[in-house]
Amino acid sequence: METYVLQIFNGISVSSILMLAALGLAITFGLMKIINMAHGELIMIGAYVTFVTQNIFMSYVDKSFFDIYFIFALPVAFVVTAFVGYLLEITIVRHLYGRPLDSLLATWGVSLVLQQLARNIFGAPNVDVKSPKWLDGGILIWGNLQLPYKRLFIMLLVALCIFAVYYFLYKTTSGRRIRAVMQNRSMAQSLGINTRKVDAMTFAIGSGLAGIAGCALTLLGSIGPTLGTNYIVDTFMVVVLGGVGRIIGTVAGAGAIGLGNTTFEFLTNASLGKVLVFLVVILFLQWKPQGFFTINSRALDE
Amino acid sequence: MFIEMKMQFTRKFSKGIAVTVALVLAVSMLLAGCGTAKTGGSNEANSGTQTAATDAGDTIKVGILHSLSGTMAISEVSVKDAEMMAIEEINASGGLLGKKIEPIIEDGASDWPKFAEKAKKLLQNDKVATVFGCWTSASRKAVLPVFEANNGLLWYPVQYEGMEASPNIFYTGAAPNQQIVPAVEWLLQNKGKKFFLLGSDYVFPRTANKIIKAQLKAMGGELIAEEYTPLGHTDYSTIINKIKAAKPDVVFNTLNGDSNVAFFKQLKDAGITSKDLTTCSVSVAEEEIRGIGAENMKGHLVSWNYYQTTDTPENKEFVKKYKEKYGQNRVTADPIEAAYIQVHLWAEAVKKAGTTDVDKVREAAKGLEYRAPEGLVKIEAENQHLWKPVRIGEVQEDGLIKEIWSTKEAVKPDPYLKSYAWAKDLSN
Repeated sequence: METYVLQIFNGISVSSILMLAALGLAITFGLMKIINMAHGELIMIGAYVTFVTQNIFMSYVDKSFFDIYFIFALPVAFVVTAFVGYLLEITIVRHLYGRPLDSLLATWGVSLVLQQLARNIFGAPNVDVKSPKWLDGGILIWGNLQLPYKRLFIMLLVALCIFAVYYFLYKTTSGRRIRAVMQNRSMAQSLGINTRKVDAMTFAIGSGLAGIAGCALTLLGSIGPTLGTNYIVDTFMVVVLGGVGRIIGTVAGAGAIGLGNTTFEFLTNASLGKVLVFLVVILFLQWKPQGFFTINSRALDE
Repeated sequence: MFIEMKMQFTRKFSKGIAVTVALVLAVSMLLAGCGTAKTGGSNEANSGTQTAATDAGDTIKVGILHSLSGTMAISEVSVKDAEMMAIEEINASGGLLGKKIEPIIEDGASDWPKFAEKAKKLLQNDKVATVFGCWTSASRKAVLPVFEANNGLLWYPVQYEGMEASPNIFYTGAAPNQQIVPAVEWLLQNKGKKFFLLGSDYVFPRTANKIIKAQLKAMGGELIAEEYTPLGHTDYSTIINKIKAAKPDVVFNTLNGDSNVAFFKQLKDAGITSKDLTTCSVSVAEEEIRGIGAENMKGHLVSWNYYQTTDTPENKEFVKKYKEKYGQNRVTADPIEAAYIQVHLWAEAVKKAGTTDVDKVREAAKGLEYRAPEGLVKIEAENQHLWKPVRIGEVQEDGLIKEIWSTKEAVKPDPYLKSYAWAKDLSN
C-alpha cells in the first residue's frame, strides 16, 4: 500500500519537475515558435547561478543566515537567465523568426558554446550545491511513508510559477500584448504595438523561467555543464504533447508524461519505461498531431 | 495548401541556408577555439608532412586521447591533467632517451566514432610512440581495431568489466577480480546476502552484473532485483521506492556519471542513510563525491585500488604535486592515479627497451615493477593488466575516503576470471 501511495506521489513529483523545466519552453517554443535547443543550457545557467549565490553567501554572510541563500538564488537565477535570454534574442534569435530549421541549428550551436563556456569557467566536474537545511528530510505520513520536503517545495514552486505566468499572460497589459503579437503579428503591429520589444521581453521571460527550473533542480540532481542535455528531450516532448501555445497544455503534457514515466518504470524498468512512454506519445501524436490543447486563431491556421 | 506550405518552406529554407552555413561555421570555429585554448593546442601537426619515423625528431611524440568536451569531460579532463603532469615530470628530469616528450592532445568529445577517427590520426599522421587515453568501455572498444591494425600502443587507465586482453593495450585500471569480485565477497561476509543490483544501461554495468550474479549464485548470495537506468537518468524516486519495497541488504551500484548525483541526493531525501542501507559503488571516487556532496554520501561504501588518503610515501608526494599544479581544492582519485602511473610505466619500459618501437616496448614492459602511489604494481606479462591492491573504503564527512579493508598484497589481474570456477561460463 505504502509503495503505491509513494509511487503516485513520485509520479506527481516528476510531473511537477517536468512542468517547471518545460514552462519556459512553453513560452519560447509554444508561443513564439522558436525551437530553442539552448533551453537546457538556460536551465544549466540557473543552476550555476545558484551555485555562485551559495558560494557568495558562504564567504560573505553570517553562517546562521546561510540557509536563506536559496530564497535569494531563485530571483537572481531568474534575472540572470532572463538577461542571457535577452542577449540571445537580440543577437541571434531575432533574425531567425519564421525559420524553424535555422533557429534550431543556431540555438543548438549556442547550447554547445554555453556548455563549453561553463566548462571553462567552472571546470568539467560537477559542482556541489548544498541544499538548505530546512529542505532536508520530509513529512512522515505513516509507517515508512516519507514525502521529501524538496519535492513538496518544487510542487509549490511550480504552482506559484504557473499561477504567475497565467496571471501575467491573461490579466496584465503586457501579457495581452504578448498574446496579441504571437497570435497575429501584423495586426498587432498595425495597432501600434512595438513587436520587437515584445519579442525580446517574451523570450527573456521564457528564459528566466528556465533559470528558476535550474535553481530548483539543484535540489535533486547534478550540477554540471551537461545538466541541460538531460532535460531537453523531455521538455520538448511535454510542450508538443500538451499542445503548442497553451499553458494548460504544458501542465497536462507534463502530468501525462511524468505519471506515465514513473508508472511504466515501476511496472517494467527505467529503460523500457522510457521507450513505452515515447511509443505512447508518438501514437497519440499520430492521432492528434496538435497535442491535447490547441488555439483557434486565424493567424495560426496558415 | 500542403504544396503551398512546402513551397514556402523551401523558399525560406534556401534563403536561410547561407546564413545557416555561416552560423554553423562560426559556431564550430568558436568551439574549436575553446577546445584548443584549453588543451594548449598542439594540433598543427595534422598535415601529414612528417615523413620521419617516431624516433627521428628531437622529441618523442605521444598521443593523449580523452573526452575534453561532452558528457564524459566531467571525468576525463582530470585524467588528462594527471597524464600531462607525469609527462612534465619526465621532461623536467631530462626527458626520455635524451629527448623531450611532446604530448599531442586530441578531444574524443564523448563520441565513440570520433575516438576511432582521432586514434587513426594520432597513429598514422602524427606517428605517436604511444597513446594514453579513453575512459568508457565503448570508446576503448571503438579504438581497439585501430590500434591493432596500425600496431599502436594504448594505455587505458580505468577500471572496466574485463573479458578483454589486446596485445596493443595496457590496462592500468582494475580488472573485475581486482575490484568487483573482492567487494562482493567482502559484502557477503560482512553486510548480508540479499543484493540489489543497480546500474546504468550500457556495457560495463551489464557485464559487471553478469559476473556478480554468477558469483552470488556460487557463494550463497541472493539476487533480489536488477535495475538499469539510461545514462543521464535524473529521477530515482521510482527506483528508490522499489529498493524500499524489496528491502535488500546491499545495493551494488554501477551507475555512471551524473546519475550518481541524482541517486544519492534523492536516496537521502527519501530518509535512507548509510545506517539503513549498505550501498557499494564502483564508479564513484573522490572526484565524483565532490559533485554529489559529501553530506549526501557520508558512510556509503566504495571499492577501488587507490584513495587520496592511501598511506604511502609515493602518494603523499603525488597528492602534493597534483594539488600544487592544479589547485588546492582538486582531489586525486583512482583513475587519476592510474593515468599518472601509466605514463611512468611506459617511460620505464622505453628506458628498458632503449627505443620507442612498439613491439620492443611491449616486451620490455612485461613484468615491469613500479612504486606507485597505490603501492607496488607490476605489469602482468600474460594479459598486460596490472597487479594492484584492492581497497574497500567508506566516504567521510570531508568527501575523502577512509580505507576500511584491503588485500595484504597486490592481486594478480585475471580479466577472464579464469581462476574462479563459477566464472567459467562467463568468458565465452
